[in-house]
Amino acid sequence: MKTVLYNKHIEVNARMVPFASWEMPIQYEGIIKEHAQTRTRCSIFDTCHMGEFDIQGPAAETDLETLLTLSVSTLQNGQCRYGFLLNKEGGILDDLMCYRRGPDHFFLVVNAGTLEKDAAWIREHLSSSTTFTDLSSHTAKLDVQGPISRKEIETIFRIQLPELNYFRFTDLNLAEVPCTISRTGYTGEWGYELYFPTNDAERIWDLLTVNGSIKPAGLGARDTLRLEAGYALYGSELSENRTPVAASRGLFIDMKKEFIGKEIMAKDLREGIDQFLVGLQLETRRSARVGSKVMHQKQVVGEVTSGSFSPTLGFAIALAYVRSDLIDPGQKLDIETQKTRLAAEVVELPFYKKGTARKKSV
Amino acid sequence: MSVPNELRYTKTHEWVRVEEREAAVGITDFAQSQLSDITYVELPGIGDKVTAGNEVAVLESVKAASDIYAPINGTITAINKELEDHPELINSNPYREGWLFIIEPENEKDLDQLLDADEYSKLLPED
Repeated sequence: MKTVLYNKHIEVNARMVPFASWEMPIQYEGIIKEHAQTRTRCSIFDTCHMGEFDIQGPAAETDLETLLTLSVSTLQNGQCRYGFLLNKEGGILDDLMCYRRGPDHFFLVVNAGTLEKDAAWIREHLSSSTTFTDLSSHTAKLDVQGPISRKEIETIFRIQLPELNYFRFTDLNLAEVPCTISRTGYTGEWGYELYFPTNDAERIWDLLTVNGSIKPAGLGARDTLRLEAGYALYGSELSENRTPVAASRGLFIDMKKEFIGKEIMAKDLREGIDQFLVGLQLETRRSARVGSKVMHQKQVVGEVTSGSFSPTLGFAIALAYVRSDLIDPGQKLDIETQKTRLAAEVVELPFYKKGTARKKSV
Repeated sequence: MSVPNELRYTKTHEWVRVEEREAAVGITDFAQSQLSDITYVELPGIGDKVTAGNEVAVLESVKAASDIYAPINGTITAINKELEDHPELINSNPYREGWLFIIEPENEKDLDQLLDADEYSKLLPED
């Protein structure tokens, strides 16, 4: 499938790759350049492939409370929160964002590769009074990320953006296009995720990129940016075979409420589990890759789920599931790749600590 | 894509510059553009004996690792140490500063087996 912005990517010679049944740009001018431009200035990412669901009704809040690990009842209007959708065994069906639009009105943003599975699971668990609408095919999504993103959006659209705290959103018009804008993202930098009708996608893309201050960035930079920020990726760190306790050590889970998969979470938290997700810093630029074994004293103690050279830090970093007695920062481990063994050390996440995402102002 | 006339080439996208019984080896402009940002280089040791077609070096880009093959039989006499800290030289100048290693050929006649610029250009995609 092609997003509505496919022709825009081809126009500027993006290199396209298959991703979750979509043809997506992996890079335009180069991953490292696009990565640096996001950390220092501002990039725009086509994320139209992602899914958006509208959920409404008097029981919507309690339905979602049962479906999601995050606390829904404490979400305020105009606030969004990250969490997991679990199956009955506590396996992760998806990681997602839940936006509260009103007392009985929510908006979910889900991964492209899991969209249909999520929709079926959610519908199956909604009360009869709750309506479910899949908005994905007529909702465009653009991520505008980087320390100058606010200034650039204000200049381009000749508006003043409202003061949005981290994980808050609002509705506004950009060039007369009705738009939902949240101060969220997947890069670790100050930035926004924009949602608006697909019919306007090319025009908004053109407006955002025309003066050249905001440049497009592809999935390649999106991946290195999220990895430096320590964010998990569904399909790599997160899957139905992993539980949120292993992936996030209990973050994004509200144990004070009832939800599908809670018994398994409670058991994991009470009894402990075999492996946890950790950050690994490697000694050199040489990268570990997905599937590389993590070794300790000649024993296999884990597996790398993502690995790359870190453009900002200048050495290789990785996320890996590692045996639970070896996860303290400073723990020395080895990573066995096809050809060689690389020295690594467990470090605190995020790898990159100077991101502007949570700053009070830019 | 630049394919300098004075160099010889392999089907696996290495170039060879022959000067005074020594063969400098690198990867072509096409190869560097396909790999995109190169982030790590593993080079052979000086004195290593290498065999045509065998792996002698590894280049890593952000997304993947790629093997580099010896174009001819011979002995490694020099490696480009500058690449250790600046692998991006392969992207910015693949035919000069981005050279990888130098081989002293076991048999100079082996060099005649390599492709010339015309032959190599024909292997590249149009456009």
